[in-house]
Amino acid sequence: MKESGRKHGALSPCAACKLLRRRCAEDCVFAPYFPPDEPHKFASVHKVFGASNVNKMLQELPEHQRRDAVSSMVYEANARVRDPVYGCVGAISSLQQQIHSLQTQLAAAQAEVVHMRMRQFSSSSNTGGAMDMAVDQANMGESLWSC
Amino acid sequence: MGFVCTRSPCTENMASSSSYNSPCAACKFLRRKCMPGCIFAPYFPPEEPQKFANVHKIFGASNVTKLLNELPPHQREDAVNSLAYEAEARVRDPVYGCVGAISFLQRQVQRLQKELDAANSDLIHYACSEIPTALPAPPGPSSIQSMAPRQRLIDHYDRIGMGNEGGYYEAPAIPTPYNLPWNDNPSGDNSAAGGGSNM
Repeated sequence: MKESGRKHGALSPCAACKLLRRRCAEDCVFAPYFPPDEPHKFASVHKVFGASNVNKMLQELPEHQRRDAVSSMVYEANARVRDPVYGCVGAISSLQQQIHSLQTQLAAAQAEVVHMRMRQFSSSSNTGGAMDMAVDQANMGESLWSC
Repeated sequence: MGFVCTRSPCTENMASSSSYNSPCAACKFLRRKCMPGCIFAPYFPPEEPQKFANVHKIFGASNVTKLLNELPPHQREDAVNSLAYEAEARVRDPVYGCVGAISFLQRQVQRLQKELDAANSDLIHYACSEIPTALPAPPGPSSIQSMAPRQRLIDHYDRIGMGNEGGYYEAPAIPTPYNLPWNDNPSGDNSAAGGGSNM
């Protein structure tokens, strides 16, 4: 009776109801996503978003999207607990800086590749020209002696 | 009742000016009197009602109050702005919020790193192909002869920034979010709760 409707099949209350000290109903919206063996997951989400906000947000989503929503909220909440000032906006800023740096390095490397290609092309062209000149000189020598 | 008001020189000045003129966006939204020293007043001006509306919807006014009270005053503005950013992202994308942006940026970093690796290996290829065509080293001990081409390669690497000082970009460790549906390279770590250490 208690197991029906609880996908994790546990008889103990979910981590959310444990923290909130309330009875874990069979249709508890938190139960599928906050198992009792991961109390820290709900603790950080509750601290940052609040249980009622999380409840509201989950209720507004179709069921198949709730797991991803919970995962992203857990990620954000953990980031905010670790960095109360910037949360995961700090990570976004850092990534944008990385991208800028990589783009600069890539542009420089690609310019160098073009430079090297042109150098190889011009050095192979010069080698062919020198040989033509040697043949012409040999021909000139013959014509001089023929006079 | 009401919100905990903390006193600090900057909040007092700004709060008193806003409360004389009009209540801050938070107190307006919550339909409360905006008291002098209101903790929200410096950061939620009345002309930006949506900012507080989003933050309240996602985080809740009391959670924001607690968070701001735990921070020194000089960090509160940045904290509010980052909360507002996250809240707006979550309102626009209720499933992934700003974690979607993090995943997108991480994929961009990976793509750029791959391209940079490819360009650098092209350069190594060109540098190696040049070495046999370089002028022969002057006669001398064999150790000097063997070092000359190697030194030219090292000099070339330094010139293009691949030496010890420049070169490959080492990204600081940022925990990869859990697997998003569009991830090409799943991180394999579905537990975002643990996270990494560098944020």
